[in-house]
Amino acid sequence: MVGFAPKPSDVVAQQDKVAGPWHEAWRSFKKSKVAVVGAGIVLFFIIVAFIGPWIAPQGINEQNLPNRLQAPSFDHWFGTDDMGRDILSRIIHGARISLWVGFFSVIGSVIAGSILGIVAGYYGKWVDAIISRIFDIMLAFPSILLAIAVVSVLGPSLQNALIAIAIINIPNFGRLIRSKVLSIKEEEYITSAKAIGMQDIRILFSHILPNSMAPVIVQGTLAIATAIIEAAALGFLGLGAEAPAPEWGKMLADSKMYLINAPWTMIFPGIAIMLTVLGFNLMGDGLRDALDPRMKS
Amino acid sequence: MSERKAILQVKGLQTSFFTDDGVIPAVDNIDFSVHEGEVLGIVGESGCGKSVTSLSIMGLVPSPPGKITGGKILFGDKELTKLSDKEMRNVRGNDVAMIFQEPMTSLNPLFTIGNQLMEAILIHKKGWSKKQASARAVEMLTLVGLPRADELMKEYPHQLSGGMRQRVMIAMALVCDPKVLIADEPTTALDVTIQAQILALMKDLNERLNTAVLLITHDLGVVAETCERVVVMYAGQIVEEGPVQTIFKDPQHPYTKGLLQSVPDMRYKKQRLYSIPGNVPKPGSVNTGCRFAARCEFAFDKCLTQNPDLYQTATVHKTRCFLYEDQEVSTHDRTLVES
Repeated sequence: MVGFAPKPSDVVAQQDKVAGPWHEAWRSFKKSKVAVVGAGIVLFFIIVAFIGPWIAPQGINEQNLPNRLQAPSFDHWFGTDDMGRDILSRIIHGARISLWVGFFSVIGSVIAGSILGIVAGYYGKWVDAIISRIFDIMLAFPSILLAIAVVSVLGPSLQNALIAIAIINIPNFGRLIRSKVLSIKEEEYITSAKAIGMQDIRILFSHILPNSMAPVIVQGTLAIATAIIEAAALGFLGLGAEAPAPEWGKMLADSKMYLINAPWTMIFPGIAIMLTVLGFNLMGDGLRDALDPRMKS
Repeated sequence: MSERKAILQVKGLQTSFFTDDGVIPAVDNIDFSVHEGEVLGIVGESGCGKSVTSLSIMGLVPSPPGKITGGKILFGDKELTKLSDKEMRNVRGNDVAMIFQEPMTSLNPLFTIGNQLMEAILIHKKGWSKKQASARAVEMLTLVGLPRADELMKEYPHQLSGGMRQRVMIAMALVCDPKVLIADEPTTALDVTIQAQILALMKDLNERLNTAVLLITHDLGVVAETCERVVVMYAGQIVEEGPVQTIFKDPQHPYTKGLLQSVPDMRYKKQRLYSIPGNVPKPGSVNTGCRFAARCEFAFDKCLTQNPDLYQTATVHKTRCFLYEDQEVSTHDRTLVES
């Protein structure tokens, strides 16, 4: 049979080892110095959050009233607050709270947003209309205002702040996934999956969902940064973590009386928030470049 | 010519799209059948309803706005338009499979070739183990002429060239031994040498596995090389049908003649290449008369008022043109000749 065996031109030369799409994204992520620095900062805070209790020089709540509002020194690197507690220790412990709120609120919004977005995008029609209008309504409120409203309904606590932040971020993810699903369901591999007799639900979860994940990962990383700020804002407003908890936003709020005399009570928690958020943002930008198909050479 | 059993019969199929501008009949009352182990070509310009026909058979017409509004599609004794979703899923891939125009986008970029092939197998072969499926996948990759099938199983679509991907698509379509393979412009996106290889492969598999092929194309060269019978479509209707030799040697419908004249021919290279004036009318825009009348050089009064039937002009040749109205061969003769 003429032409049955493929010509050499039909066979792509493959020297390097098999690399999946995620592997390639990782390679291009590594190339960006800024992204790696961001990832480094994030990793640093994650490690701090995990081993916090063992490295913190003092406990969260060890008060030492004679030592209140001490300036930074060798004994207390970041100084002490109005109750004589070591600020460094509190920031180390606080990392756990902030990251916890950041990760879990975003995971919550990603899961809820994905389900709603997929259903809206794939089934369309009135389902889409209803879900999209709810998203529109939620996005019409300034997000922090919505979060405050949710917390005032649920009652102020760290857990409720987390729930509130998760809820206000749902429409962002929902819309993102919906638009991605809309474009992916027109792809030919979806038609060809149908043509081999695959079920709708299987197509949704094994073909459409994995292919919609790249922008969600990027948005998710950036959203962790926003969630941390929002948690701090709610803490600052007294709607988040409760009194003795070393939540960074709460620490900022408590420091406002001593702004002039003891600025370190404000500066260090502020820097902690700023650094974490910066880390996530840099990492998110790097991921966006790595996962954006247009950036591929 | 030995008569083969028709395995896929399309009878009076009508597929319409319900849009804001009204109902557009993309496929309007077409009849044809695919016989066991044959290669049937459907030819026509863009927008004449070829792809909608194939999607209708697969039950994959995008709905809304599309819908099959009339007619029957018979696979053996199964009426495909009447099947439930679940029954239809069983037909797809198992009885009738399809490959598409764009091999570059027909494979999911996130999964390996092996992964996708095995998925296609395990959908229909419920009791199979992964090992069996993997062995079958390797066997299919080898069958479609891909070298180092074992390694390919672990590779991703982006690592393959267009021709290789189309081979993978063919392997995937044939993995469950379908009776009919619908190929919707399978070579349009490939360059000419690869085109020839893929066509040769399809023809070879058609002979070896006895899979009937419904080849949809706009390329008459492809038809001449691969098909046994040809159906020419124009504006949602069949305008001519017959064996490939007679269509090429003795085209009857003015549209088919026009199509054949617009193929470049080295013997007449001094002459300007012929082109049929005008465009395919928007489906549904021509309601009275022959749909080709506006572009036809032979059109007369009757053509503008009545739509011709498909006239049987020879035992196995049909034409939708008033020029052949009087030459119609009665179907009685046909049965005599064929029996």
